[in-house]
Amino acid sequence: MTDVAEVPGRTGPGRQRAIVPLLGTVLQRLGLGLVTLFMVSIVIYLSIEALPGDFAQSILGRSASPETVEAYRQMLGFDRPPIERYLSWMAGAVHGDFGSSLTSRPGAVRAVSAIIGPRLYNTFFLAAMTAIIAVPLAILLGALTALYRGSFFDRAVNGLTLMTISVPEFFIAYILCYLVISKDMFAMTQLGQLLPSWLSSGIGSVLSLMPKLPTLAAINESTTIGERIWKLLLPSLTLTLVIIAHMMRMTRAVLINVLASPYIEMGRLKGLSSAWIVFKHALPNAWAPIATVVAFNLAYLIVGVVVVEVVFVYPGIGQLMVDAVRSRDMPVVQACALIFAATYIVLNLVADVIAIVTNPRLMYSR
Amino acid sequence: MTPAVTRRRRSWFSRLLKEMRHARFTAWFGVLVILAYAILALFAPQIAPYNEATVAGQPYMAWGGHFLLGTDQLGRDVLSRLIYGARNTVGIAVITTCLAFLLGGTLGIVAALYGGWLDQLCSRIVDVFMSIPSVIFALLFLSAFGSSIPNLIVTLAALDATRVFRLARAAAGNVVVMDFIQIARVRGESAVWLIRREILPNIMAPLIVEFGLRFCFVFLSIAALSFLGVGIQPPTADWGSMVRENAALISYGNITPLLPAAAIALLTIAINFVIDWYLYRTSGLRDER
Repeated sequence: MTDVAEVPGRTGPGRQRAIVPLLGTVLQRLGLGLVTLFMVSIVIYLSIEALPGDFAQSILGRSASPETVEAYRQMLGFDRPPIERYLSWMAGAVHGDFGSSLTSRPGAVRAVSAIIGPRLYNTFFLAAMTAIIAVPLAILLGALTALYRGSFFDRAVNGLTLMTISVPEFFIAYILCYLVISKDMFAMTQLGQLLPSWLSSGIGSVLSLMPKLPTLAAINESTTIGERIWKLLLPSLTLTLVIIAHMMRMTRAVLINVLASPYIEMGRLKGLSSAWIVFKHALPNAWAPIATVVAFNLAYLIVGVVVVEVVFVYPGIGQLMVDAVRSRDMPVVQACALIFAATYIVLNLVADVIAIVTNPRLMYSR
Repeated sequence: MTPAVTRRRRSWFSRLLKEMRHARFTAWFGVLVILAYAILALFAPQIAPYNEATVAGQPYMAWGGHFLLGTDQLGRDVLSRLIYGARNTVGIAVITTCLAFLLGGTLGIVAALYGGWLDQLCSRIVDVFMSIPSVIFALLFLSAFGSSIPNLIVTLAALDATRVFRLARAAAGNVVVMDFIQIARVRGESAVWLIRREILPNIMAPLIVEFGLRFCFVFLSIAALSFLGVGIQPPTADWGSMVRENAALISYGNITPLLPAAAIALLTIAINFVIDWYLYRTSGLRDER
């Protein structure tokens, strides 16, 4: 019933021949991704050209001697033509060397890669942790809402997730912070005073059941892995709420489509339980679009991370980029932008490739 | 359907009234919220008790008394800054969205109408800018050109114009292959006439929906950038930076910093309600159930 390959004419040699156009499509898509990344890197690089000409002077101050300014310019490579600088920047970037930060002085060079390295690990740790929480939760919620569609549960989850995608990330983050902070003293807070006393004491007793999660995710090298996970629970929860809606709604829509097909009705007539039908029979046929939307949302996670890192004072690459934008430290901004762009493009590429590979119509040459 | 001769064309306003009578509750709610924001934004100096930059009291005063919602970290009236914030944040978002539509919409329709190298050039540039999130590009450009309101508007408008271009080109592409466009061309009509009289009326519905959604995106981007400290700069009152400046109050169980964030959320939700209803009206779109 589930095995499409047993249909006559679609067996054996057909599948062998099919690999070639499939591989072609995938390679074509990969090539396109590389070209896009190359174009994006040019745009990112060109942005440094927009800096005012006397940038070295303004950084070092008016009292700097012309020799110092010249040495600084040479150290940053501003004395060479743009194309040459782009090529050497790109060659370095491929090896993980992004030049030196504008905060470095002659004699005390600060390499961008040394600044970024540990922070990149922190950001990917947060993103991975969020993905581990959000993806299974979204698929489970999607399956449950598809199973009980039209029920109160379905409408509540749908309404809640619609809310979370239409509000700013920092709003969700601060509401979560507020709930955690006021959990033991809700009746004393200003909002608790405004509400009638029975209501505020009721809310207070519900809130006090919550664990006392840390609202600051300040970590350093000596933080153990368990402590790190504990401190990152609130940021991950925020990011989960941001990205879960799209994945959940997609899972729900696809599953509802699949649940309408005759083989599901057959299963029902056989007397299988609803949960068995959804998880054993319907979900396997819905993986392709779900995988695509998951990859797309993980790419979106990369943007959401910037704001959330700032809210929770988490030393990740997003916060680094924002600080560098404020101090106009272009080499750091460029490196961060390139890393964000590359991650985003690669994840979208993965989504596309999954969509191509799992689409049976592309498996057979027309 | 009744013959066209006997049908009287209703005025725009009476059609709107008729439409609103059958509207859902959520649509009503959305329209009312948007109207309230528009009034606050237009008459901010008349409504607000203090000026947005006036230091009127002690820092961090409690709610009530002279200051209905207390004061911020410098002693400025939070209520006044919220009202001025409607003018600044929403105003900048409206200007940015209009600019993005003017640029992206025009280029998109022209590209669909003429095709050829212009279409190819624009489409490839747009592909590059759409391949990574606009917030990353916005951060990059703001660091290169410096953070100021004109730079913010131009940067976000240019980035969002790429999204509008894609939609306008696709929608207009479906129309330009129609017979009536061919006939109008053969008749010798100018490009401006073609766009205004033939193409625009046929792609208005998706463009209006896109305008609402685009506005929400721009609005949230501005709020996020200001929150990060690289958008609208002090002392201009703005909801994003107001959240950031007073965030410390949350540690004391004070909800004042959440108010500007709630103001942002309420407007985007209201706009989404109205768009939902508009989509339902124009396409007969129903829920999947």
